[in-house]
Order: sequence, then C-alpha cells, then structure tokens
Amino acid sequence: MTRTIEYRDALREAMSEEMRRDQRVFLMGEEVAEYQGAYKVSRGMLDEFGPHRVIDTPISETGFAGLGIGAAMSGLRPIIEFMSWSFSLVAADQILNNAPKMLYMSGGQFPIPIVFRGNNGAGGQLGSTHSWCVESLYAGVPGLKMAIPFDAYDAKGLLKTAIRDDNPVFFLESERLLGIKGEVPEEEYLIPLGQATLRRRGDDCTIVGFGRPLYFCLEAAEALAREGIECDVVDGRTIRPLDIDSIAESVRRTNYCVVVDQSWPFASIGAEVAAQVHEHCFDDLDNHVIRVHSDDVPAPYAYNLEQEMLPNARKIVEAVRAVTYAG
Amino acid sequence: MPMTTTGRATEPRSLAAKLSNETLCTWLRDMLLIREFEVRSMQAYQNKKIGGFLHVYIGQEAVAVGTIAAATARDPVITAYRDHAHALARGTEARYCMAEMMGRLGGCAKGKGGSMHMFDRRRNMFGGHGIVGAQCPLGIGLAFATKYEDEVIDGGASRRITLCYFGDGALNQGSLHESMNLAGVLNLPIIFICENNGYSMGTATARGTTMAEDLTAKAVGYGFESASIDGMDVMAVYDGFMPIAEQCRETSRPAFVEIRTYRFKGHSMSDPRKYRTKDEEQRYQAMDPIERFTKYMAAERGVTEDEHEAMTRSVRKEIREAIRWAEKSPHPELGELYRDVYTDIWGPYRGTSGPEMHDKS
Repeated sequence: MTRTIEYRDALREAMSEEMRRDQRVFLMGEEVAEYQGAYKVSRGMLDEFGPHRVIDTPISETGFAGLGIGAAMSGLRPIIEFMSWSFSLVAADQILNNAPKMLYMSGGQFPIPIVFRGNNGAGGQLGSTHSWCVESLYAGVPGLKMAIPFDAYDAKGLLKTAIRDDNPVFFLESERLLGIKGEVPEEEYLIPLGQATLRRRGDDCTIVGFGRPLYFCLEAAEALAREGIECDVVDGRTIRPLDIDSIAESVRRTNYCVVVDQSWPFASIGAEVAAQVHEHCFDDLDNHVIRVHSDDVPAPYAYNLEQEMLPNARKIVEAVRAVTYAG
Repeated sequence: MPMTTTGRATEPRSLAAKLSNETLCTWLRDMLLIREFEVRSMQAYQNKKIGGFLHVYIGQEAVAVGTIAAATARDPVITAYRDHAHALARGTEARYCMAEMMGRLGGCAKGKGGSMHMFDRRRNMFGGHGIVGAQCPLGIGLAFATKYEDEVIDGGASRRITLCYFGDGALNQGSLHESMNLAGVLNLPIIFICENNGYSMGTATARGTTMAEDLTAKAVGYGFESASIDGMDVMAVYDGFMPIAEQCRETSRPAFVEIRTYRFKGHSMSDPRKYRTKDEEQRYQAMDPIERFTKYMAAERGVTEDEHEAMTRSVRKEIREAIRWAEKSPHPELGELYRDVYTDIWGPYRGTSGPEMHDKS
C-alpha cells in the first residue's frame, strides 16, 4: 500500500519513526519545536516527543551544531536541523573539523553518528547569502557522507538510513521540493547510501544529476525525446558515496554524458563527476562530458536573472544537443 | 544574582586540608608525572622524535590535577590542545600519550592525532582539540548527553558534570560564548574552566579581552555562578573548584571558573617569549606549584625528603619506560591511512578499530 504525501511529511515520518525506534535519536535546531518547524517539517513532533527530544535553539549555529557533535561523541544520535544550509557556513569549523575527522583523530574511539539536515540551494529570490549550494564546498571532506534526495520516497528512505548511519551525514533538502507530493509505502523501507537510480531510460545520452535539478533534467529529457533524443536520467541520490559504477554503466551504453550540478562550475561536484566519468569511460565516450551548472556569479535576486543563473531545462537541452552533436 | 566566590591560597584550605596524606600524595605524584612527561617531551621534540606542534603544561600542573581531583571518573573532560596533563591526570598511561606524540600505532589515537589530540574514551577524556574554543560546543554536547541519558533514557540521576577547559585566548572566540549561552538556556551541567595563563600565544590577556582584571565578569551576562581561583596552588584549586562542582552537580546549572596560572615555557616549542620579561617569568617560577605543594607536604604532612625522592625516582622511571615503550611501538602500517575515516567499509575505506590501549585495559 502506498500513500501520497509531501516531501516535508516524508522527512517528518523518517525522523519520527527513527525517534520511536531509538531513544538516542533527538531533533535540535532553530524553530523545530514550538514554531513547529520553520518549514513545517517537524510539525507535531514536539507534541509527540516532548521538549527533551525536540529542542529549540537560539540562532547559534556554531553552538548547536557543536552540541550535536559532542552529544554524538557520547553515543547519542542527533538530528541537527539547519533552517538553511546557507547558515551552516557560520558553523563550518564544527561541521567540517569536528564531525568528519573525530573518528580518525581519536584513532577510532569516537564515531559521530549525526545527521545535519536542511534546505540547500536556491529557495526562490532569496538573494546570494541565502541561496548556497553547499555540496561542492563540503563534499570533498573525507569522513562525511552526503545525501540529496529527489522526492518524497527518497527523502524518507534516505533519511532513515542516514539516521542509522554511524557516520556524519550531510542531508541536503530543498525548500522548492518540500511541497512536492509523491508516493510513499505504508510499510517501512530504507534506501542505502551510495546507490544511484535511473529516473528515465534512454539510450542516446546520459544525464547525471542530484536533488532538485533532476526535475530540470527530466523536463529537458522530455523535450529532447520530442526531438528523437532519448536520455538516461541518473539520480546519484548521494554525492558521497558517489555511485560512479551506476553512472559509468549508463554512459557505457549511451556513449555521451551531461552532468548537471546546481553549484558553481569551478572545483565542483559536476567537475568531479565529469572527471570520474572520463576516467571510467574514456574508451566509451564519443565526446567529452559537458557540465551544466549555476552560472559563476553570486545568486541574484531578480526573478529573471535567478532563473537564468540556475541549471534550467533550456541549458540542459542545449548541453545534450551539443554533446551528441545534434546541435 | 550570580554569586562570585574567590579561592585564594591565603585563605584557609578547608577542603583539601581535610584529605588524607595518601590522596594528597597522589596529587603530588600526578603533578610530578606531568612535569616529567613535559620535560621529556621537550627533549624528544628537540631530538626530532616528536613532530608538529608541541604545547607543554609546565607551570600549570595544579590546574588539571586540582580540578580533576574534584570530579568523578564518570564526569566527561574535554580540553584544548595543551592537553597532555588532562589525559595523564585522568589516568591515561603515559606510554600511550608518549607513543601518540611520536606518531606510533600504540598511541592513544594510534598516532593519528598527535600532541593536540589526547583521547581516552574509557576514562571519559573526550580529547584535546586543536582549534581555539572549538571544544566548547562539544563540551556542552557532552553535558547535554549526560542530562539526556538521565532524563530520557535511564530516568536516572547520574548527576555527571562536564569539565570543559579552555585558555584565556578562547574568551574571544564566538564558539565559547555561544556555548555559554546555550548551556545557560538549556540548563546544562557543565563547568567552563578558563585556564588563564596570561597569554593567548603572545598576546597578553588584557590586550585581547575586556575585563581581563576580573574574568568572572564574563559569567555575569550568562547568569552563571563563577569563581576566580589561584592556579599556582593545587589545594586552592581544589578548594575553589569543589564547591562550584558540587553546586553544578546539584543544580544542573552551568558555572564558570577562571583559574589564574602561568605557563613557564612558551606557547609552543618555537616561541622565543619576546612578549614578556625574564623578570616576570622568574616571579612566577618562584611560585612553582610543585615546589609549593612539596613544601606543604613536607611541613604539614610529614613527607620526608627520602619519600619525596622515592616519588621523583618512580616518576622518572615511569616516564623513561613510557618513552622506551613508545619508541618500540611500531609506526602505523600504511593500511591505517584508510582506517577510521568511516566506521563502515566501502571504496578505499577500511572500517575502524580502536587503539591498543583499550585492548589491554
């Protein structure tokens, strides 16, 4: 049996189920309790779990991110919500030095089973400081894992796995996806980290994407199909581990690859995936990989400029045409 | 209103003075052990057996020993990078600390942390940490966890308190202030212990922080109990700290103590100490906490010169053996490079395994 629920509900179900299952799991962040979640993700959780387990914090990211890591050192399993990943920048020392390196620095003594989660990427005319795509900033740090769910089904399945993982997981949601509805099973399920999935099947070109831009990829694939170009759309699901094997498998079949990444182009996830595709599929490629990113500028406020800046369907269509020599 | 108490060496040593000779002798031995460890570490560093940064605790021994004596073994301890003493005072064997500094597999962190990262999970020693102030948010997390375990998991009242140490330099980091505020808002049982040794690296406390003449002022805005304690006298440290610790345990409210001390050596091994005078150094050296306590033990507790000599000899032997053991401990095999990155095995990563010290203890 399945139900149709919003992405935000899927996130809440994942957290609530895991909190029922394990008393060591708690949720902490700004406005998660009495406000019922700045984006209503944690609505109702205070009522069910009480103020000891659903905990409001002041606007103090360094403090509560570090608190979560210290609690994880003690064996608890915190979920730390960043209202926006943009605000995680002020906690960068905690989330990059203390969470992913603690196990190593302590010679295996202190695993950090923690999930940092919140909205990532452009929310819609929020201006440059609130529109960060942190994946390319953070994913390079060994010791952390990073998931970036596409829909309600993945949001729930990946978040449950992330909460059970004994390593720090950076969980990148999108404000623009919170209201998107999707089918979710009644029964429990988990999605492993590091396993990509195919969102659309086609033999002419592989489009690799992560998170929200996948919707633009699918839109582009639809348009391209009308031109007779059928695309594989591969959802990486997690950035670290990166399921390069599934990506390479697709590219070996299509011989062409476009990588779509909402971060800036320079030293980015897109650059990393492209490099790995070149390494794994050098003999299979009939053209070099083409990348589609946000433009290399701060996120603008003006609606038309922001739309142009993001990796939209038009840019992806153009990239696929170019890479397959159809342009 | 928060109450400020002041522990001074000149005040009657009401609490420590009531403790047995045996207990006080362990304090003296611990202080001697830390001193010897640090002296030998400096030599090993000069002989290039220890790499990276080395920050020694010489002069500050009374702080770690006096405060940890006032805590229980179950109380979490966390500190900054001048951390050897806290691990030793907690009971981590010197050889594991020394092996860590020499980058050997037998080290408390298998040679992956170094001097600034002494960890001992079994002894609730949650590390030395390298970034100034960054251990303070972790400290409130440890305190949060002790309370959470009581309130949510066990329904118990373990009443553990967390000892969160930092230097005067951390007073100017946001991470400390966010931690103090959160500890206050969430009623966390933690004591913020400012080891004020007068200098954040080469910057005198007053050049870097407001109200340097009375750092307990920092606690007022957070509504904490506070105390300013003479850190050159281990008995004064215990006397000043114990009531704060008991109150923290009782009320689950955070507290702040300033412990005034002095590092006899530089910030690290490369520090020429141009920012302070020889005269000042000599003035503090005359207050050497070990000499001071030795005199007390001789005069008031009848510890004879022979007994003191025997203690010194046993400490020297222990450190000598620790160095020998550390030097014999193997360098980590290259496979260790990819171990302890993640707990699980995937890609090039090889899972995790704890240090040898926990196999044997």
